[in-house]
Amino acid sequence: MTQLWDFAGGIHPPENKQQSTGRPIRYAGLPQKLVLPLQQHIGQPAETLVHAGDQVLKGQKIADVKTGVGVPVHAPTSGTIESIQPLPVPHPSGMDDWCLTLIPDGQDLWGERSPIADYRQLERDAVLERIRESGIVGLGGAGFPTNIKLRPPRDRKVDTLILNGAECEPYITADDMTMRERANEIIGGLRIMAWILRPERCVVAIEANKPEAIAAMRVAAEDSQTEILVVPTKYPSGGEKQLIQIVTGMEVPHGGIPADIGVMCQNVGTAVAVGRAVYLGEPLISRITTITGQGVSEPGNFDTLIGTPVSYLLNLAGLDTRSLDRLILGGPMMGYTLQSAEVPITKTSNCVIAASARELPPPPPEQPCIRCGMCAEVCPMELLPQQLFWHAKAREYEKAEHLNLFDCIECGACTYVCPSSIPLVQYYRHAKGEIRVQQAEQLKADRARERFEARQARIEREQQEKELRRKERARAAADAQARKQAEAEQAATSTGIPDQRADKAAMVQQALARKQAKSRSQQNAAAQSAPATVTAPETPVVDIPALEKQLEQAKAKLDSMQTMLDETRTANADNLDKLERAVAKNVDRVTRARDALDNARQTAEPGTTG
Amino acid sequence: MALIQQSSPHTRHARSTSRIMLWVMIAALPGLAAQTLFFGWGNLINVVWCIAIAIGAEAAVLSLRKKPVAFFLKDNTAAVTGLLLGLSLPQFTPWWVSAVAVISAIVLAKQLYGGLGSNPFNPAMVGYAIALISFPVAMTTNWAEANMLWNAPGLMETLRAIASGGQTTVDAWTMATPLDEYKHQIASRTAAEVLIHPTFGEGVARGWEWVNGAFLAGGLLLIALRIITWHIPVALLAGLGLMSLAFGTNADLYAPLSLHLLAGGTMLGAFFIATDPVSAATSHQGKLIYGACIGALIYLIRSWGNYPDAVAFSVLLMNFAVPFIDHYTPPRTYGHHKPRRGVPGKQG
Repeated sequence: MTQLWDFAGGIHPPENKQQSTGRPIRYAGLPQKLVLPLQQHIGQPAETLVHAGDQVLKGQKIADVKTGVGVPVHAPTSGTIESIQPLPVPHPSGMDDWCLTLIPDGQDLWGERSPIADYRQLERDAVLERIRESGIVGLGGAGFPTNIKLRPPRDRKVDTLILNGAECEPYITADDMTMRERANEIIGGLRIMAWILRPERCVVAIEANKPEAIAAMRVAAEDSQTEILVVPTKYPSGGEKQLIQIVTGMEVPHGGIPADIGVMCQNVGTAVAVGRAVYLGEPLISRITTITGQGVSEPGNFDTLIGTPVSYLLNLAGLDTRSLDRLILGGPMMGYTLQSAEVPITKTSNCVIAASARELPPPPPEQPCIRCGMCAEVCPMELLPQQLFWHAKAREYEKAEHLNLFDCIECGACTYVCPSSIPLVQYYRHAKGEIRVQQAEQLKADRARERFEARQARIEREQQEKELRRKERARAAADAQARKQAEAEQAATSTGIPDQRADKAAMVQQALARKQAKSRSQQNAAAQSAPATVTAPETPVVDIPALEKQLEQAKAKLDSMQTMLDETRTANADNLDKLERAVAKNVDRVTRARDALDNARQTAEPGTTG
Repeated sequence: MALIQQSSPHTRHARSTSRIMLWVMIAALPGLAAQTLFFGWGNLINVVWCIAIAIGAEAAVLSLRKKPVAFFLKDNTAAVTGLLLGLSLPQFTPWWVSAVAVISAIVLAKQLYGGLGSNPFNPAMVGYAIALISFPVAMTTNWAEANMLWNAPGLMETLRAIASGGQTTVDAWTMATPLDEYKHQIASRTAAEVLIHPTFGEGVARGWEWVNGAFLAGGLLLIALRIITWHIPVALLAGLGLMSLAFGTNADLYAPLSLHLLAGGTMLGAFFIATDPVSAATSHQGKLIYGACIGALIYLIRSWGNYPDAVAFSVLLMNFAVPFIDHYTPPRTYGHHKPRRGVPGKQG
């Protein structure tokens, strides 16, 4: 027995699958009109290759993606292109998108088909190109182009190829019925994918609640090396990350892809489409879709042309409009409600539930969160849903991101068990949307800032260059001037002018000497006129008698002041303060005069002796 | 066709908050039955009285807050708060002490913080702590003697005692709790001497052992129903046990582990009070830390604190720590190498 691992959390909602497995797959046939959205895949929308009024054959390529990621769209039957216009497409918002409308002519005439007899003779890239040209995307729900997924990055080797037949969502049985009735086609497609990827291990993982599918797949896989792996029934075992954990025990790293750990998941329906594209040369123009719910009397699976209106399928299954309350595209856990049945089945439409109010009643009103933690118990990604809810509700998006909001796979398990009936997933979707908007705005702002800064830098650089050029010009001009002068000198030397120039220089020298002498004498005069001024040591000539006279005068003045002060003191007059200050000042003055005199004498002596 | 527009998932599991609270109350019934059987009518009267006050107080505040009264009353959370207080209070607690405890719990601890789901502290324990601090005598001297129902004071007598508001003397019917008795007597006697006292009976603590056993059984039912997880009760009992084994193996100095586990409010606290999800830690790891710390605090306060029982204070103290614990114990998300601890911007 192969070892299986478990994933965290998970729930066991009522399966409600038996309603749609009672009848074999029915051909839905040709509706009056087919509506083919130009974008049924992740990537760029396709561009039309035909015009309104054109006749097209079954399997003819009518739109393709010229640049970027994407796959073409093919005519599901022969007929006339009626229009190219925006029409309602299956989308949670009920929006319109560009669609081709095709009026079938009833002939169902195939165009040219080129089956590949032995794909092993071809290059792998040629087979991948065939898969792309056949418009194949993942039929499990996301719609990622299969040819791109089958070509992992060069440094990544896929060791384990997992065909996902878990189909864990309640109600949906499209994969179940495909495995029951088209097991050989699945194995055929798997062989091609295995040849492209050369894995060491091929696994078809099926939930234990599908014994018929398991038996059929076991028979089909008998002479291949494919393992048929029965995984325990627990939602969401069919989630890519969860199934990889169940089969390999490994986790897809945050922000990475399964190929990073050597694993790839493909849906069983995708395998059928790959097989048809290669062996029969038929593009993806139909798929198996489950029509179920209490709103239809004959639920079951339909082999449906892409573009068939949902209303047409509902009528085939016996729609009772009175009991129809809610129309869900996809499963009850992750599907979204349709606003109208007048939208087409696309490549990714695996199920339509026409639910009555009894089977899917509206949820009771939301109550406050009591932090019971049941959401965390069932979360397959091991998040803290209640904390995410608090932060999402309080618009603390940074905190929500910190708690790995973006790892949420929106499986709905938390909401399913919430006793307070809080639409948790809705809060997370809203928060994710808000964060994406903020990030986009941030990016925009960053770009604007970068542009502004780049502009500022450019302007500054240009200014500097301008300045530099200006300086260079100036230098060039100066050089030219100098050169000119030098030339002139050269010319003068040859004609005897230098003598005159030497005379002139001598005259300038003499004038300078005179000027110096004059300023020196002026300085001396200033020193003499200033009362007790500091004798500058550099002054070569000192008038000692003058200084002596100054000192005498200062002394005399001080004496008279002193007598005045004594008199005032004895008289105890008002101006005592003033007089004291004046005396102090005069004492100062005398001291300075004496110092100046001493200084002068000292400097004068060496001058006289030397 | 007017089709319903709704975000996924479209199917829900039908176990509402009110159903969960109902199960909590049902799980507490064996404990209430044991209390009544071994201690008389007191707890039953308290429970009825406290639930009535709780619902009345909740309704009054909800109408003041202009909230839909019937919608919120249906969640049964006020009734659970009343029930837990009724189970925790002494059997002969005067009616007004119970009323103060319940009104504090509902109005102060729950509604003033924003009602259900927004209270950081366990409402019942806030009520209990306020009553214990405000009326210590009433809260410690009104414990009924362990007497079988048919030997205990009758229904009318008990009602009269409670309704008299402390006027009637009930000394003849009351005694200290076994934990209190042990703690005070062991200071001057040996364990063998202390255990002669009738309050300890033949087993661990007369009556109390059955009450705790019944709450344990009810708690296991809640775990089996997946209403609570095992983490908090197990961690709490383990924390209490480890502390007792580490510090109090000498029965002549400290109350033995058996008394800690089976006397007092240990099992009620471990399975019904500490597990209140609103005020408890979130992740499994967080719950283990939260529970173990409560257990350790219960031992510390019982052994070296002034109050005879410690569940209320231990739970409230750890309620303070919950936001901190939650920050540092998030689970490791699928595909990540390690959990993202701490707060945004600071990777822990």
